[in-house]
Amino acid sequence: MSAGIDLENVCCDFGTFRAVDNANVSIKPGEFFSFLGPSGCGKTTILRMVSGFIEPTQGAIKIGGKDMRGSRPNQRPTALIFQNLALFPLMPIWENISFGLEVRGVDKATRRKKAEDLLKLVDLPGAADKMVSQLSGGQKQRVAIARALAVEPSVMLLDEPLSALDLKLRQHMRAELRAIQKRTGVTFIYITHDQGEALAMSDRVGVMSQGRIQQIAAPRDIYDNPVNGFVASFVGENNIFEGDISPVADGMASLSGPHGNFRARILPDAQGKALKLYVRPEHTKLSKTAAAENSVEMEVTEVAFEGAFISVHGLASGGKRIQAEVKNDGVTQAPAVGEKVFATFDAARALLLPDANVRG
Amino acid sequence: MEDLIRRYGTGLTAVFCLLVAFWILVLVILPNFAMFEQSFRPYLPVVDIGGPKDVFTMGNYEKILANPVETSWFGIPITIPIHISTFVDTVFFSALVTLMTLILAYPLAYFLAKVANPRSIPTLLLLLFIPMWVSEALRAFAWYIILTFNGPLNALLKALGIIDQGVRWQNGVVTSYDAIVIVLTYCYVLFMLFPIYTAITSLDTNQIEAAEDLGSPWWRTHWRVVIPHAKPGIASGCVMVFMLSAGSLLVPTVVGSTKANWFPQTIYTWFNDALDWNTGAAYSMIFLLVCILFVIVMMRVFKVKLSDIAK
Repeated sequence: MSAGIDLENVCCDFGTFRAVDNANVSIKPGEFFSFLGPSGCGKTTILRMVSGFIEPTQGAIKIGGKDMRGSRPNQRPTALIFQNLALFPLMPIWENISFGLEVRGVDKATRRKKAEDLLKLVDLPGAADKMVSQLSGGQKQRVAIARALAVEPSVMLLDEPLSALDLKLRQHMRAELRAIQKRTGVTFIYITHDQGEALAMSDRVGVMSQGRIQQIAAPRDIYDNPVNGFVASFVGENNIFEGDISPVADGMASLSGPHGNFRARILPDAQGKALKLYVRPEHTKLSKTAAAENSVEMEVTEVAFEGAFISVHGLASGGKRIQAEVKNDGVTQAPAVGEKVFATFDAARALLLPDANVRG
Repeated sequence: MEDLIRRYGTGLTAVFCLLVAFWILVLVILPNFAMFEQSFRPYLPVVDIGGPKDVFTMGNYEKILANPVETSWFGIPITIPIHISTFVDTVFFSALVTLMTLILAYPLAYFLAKVANPRSIPTLLLLLFIPMWVSEALRAFAWYIILTFNGPLNALLKALGIIDQGVRWQNGVVTSYDAIVIVLTYCYVLFMLFPIYTAITSLDTNQIEAAEDLGSPWWRTHWRVVIPHAKPGIASGCVMVFMLSAGSLLVPTVVGSTKANWFPQTIYTWFNDALDWNTGAAYSMIFLLVCILFVIVMMRVFKVKLSDIAK
């Protein structure tokens, strides 16, 4: 039984500081939804409002269509996985997992059985009688998930639960979390500052900055079609060019600045705003000769071998830093340091974007 | 030891060790051992000390079993040696004081550690501390005045219309030990508060929130999460309050009714009035041993380890 969550014009103030500003989002039942943003952007505040530890200053939070105002965390159909997991160190694992059932008056034998079933689900059989301190980081993670699942929540809330794990384990747990979510069908709301995590796991991502939701879209869309410069920069690298905009037809515009004239896509509602051109390093090609359009000459200053690709950094006129990626496919040659090359990009791959959506 | 020498040098380390050794040996072990040794000798005129009458005997210890009196415990009449009766009352009411301080201190400690605004903590702690700057004797006398027949407590209750006749609090309303229990609770509540406060402060607030998030009502969160975590603090608070209460001489002397005898008063009488230090020492030894035993038994009952208290 999973439920959808609706945030309607939700604001949260701490004194004079507005932590969350007019958040509107509708999360579907069974969806894996991530809030992505730098620390202090208000994503944890949203999570704590949904779980009931903070009441919104304005607006409504609905879970399964029901307004949650005034319900305490112990009355909401949510289960929160804390950043530090907050397992109970003085209880054995099975009591940790079945604590939510103990609260509901379930008898001991049933609780024990349920705890063991859940331990199997999270791939940790036989740990029932261990203590929390005997488990590794990844195992604790699984126990925390099992403990939250035990109460059969309609919504699981996860507050950067993977941030304390090492890279390898983090990647493994990503897949694991995703699989558990698919298996149980519970709505997941996931909080993270790691764009890789958000993009890899989520059905949809809400990117946040300074208390505002900047964009809500599928991971692919967030990356390929960011709505503003903040989103573009937060989910990946960019080469950014400034200049004056003059509109061209068919959703394209041209930008003329100190590094030349460029043509790029423009969104309909971006007309008339201050815009910059954003293009990703992997869409920036290098060639010995200038292309017909969207071409900048640069001097290669650094060539970094990254394995799957080679990252090439260069300086264009006026000290403008440009980054390109050359695929390590055995065919393409990376230029040498000091070489003069042209960085070019496809107009369809470049975007003219405003800065972040902020108040004021 | 090597670490100490490396850090502070040989001279300073030697001073540390000698001071600690002096404290433990000369100020703790020797006096106690002297008492222990004296408790097995009869009370003799000075000329006989070291003479043929000065032999080891259990006579001092046997005195506690003399003088049976008829008394009643909770309405049940019982015949029992008078000093044993005092002894049992002292242990029982000290345990009651411990329970009362625990009931008062735990919610306050939780409030200070987890609920109160951290910025107001220094002020609140100061407010708790200020009364403790006054000597225990003065505080006991202050309570004597509060509880006296024409005192402020009766005046207040009369003014509020709760009672229409003055109550003789010092004679006791429930038992003759009422006044002692009230004043001891007041005097030692902070010894309960601070260990519990320290213990709860070290509890991760997320654990309390996690319990609540899993549906736990407040009382279960306390029972299953906060109290187990605070148990070492509760245990050390209980041991301190119990030992201090049972050993208190001043409070029972100042506020106790004529019918309320506290065992330290009995010991004091042997030492000071009877000048029989040998019997006084024997009584002290019995009292010390039984109180330690009582604490050990209680620790067993509540499954507290000694290492928990040392934390």
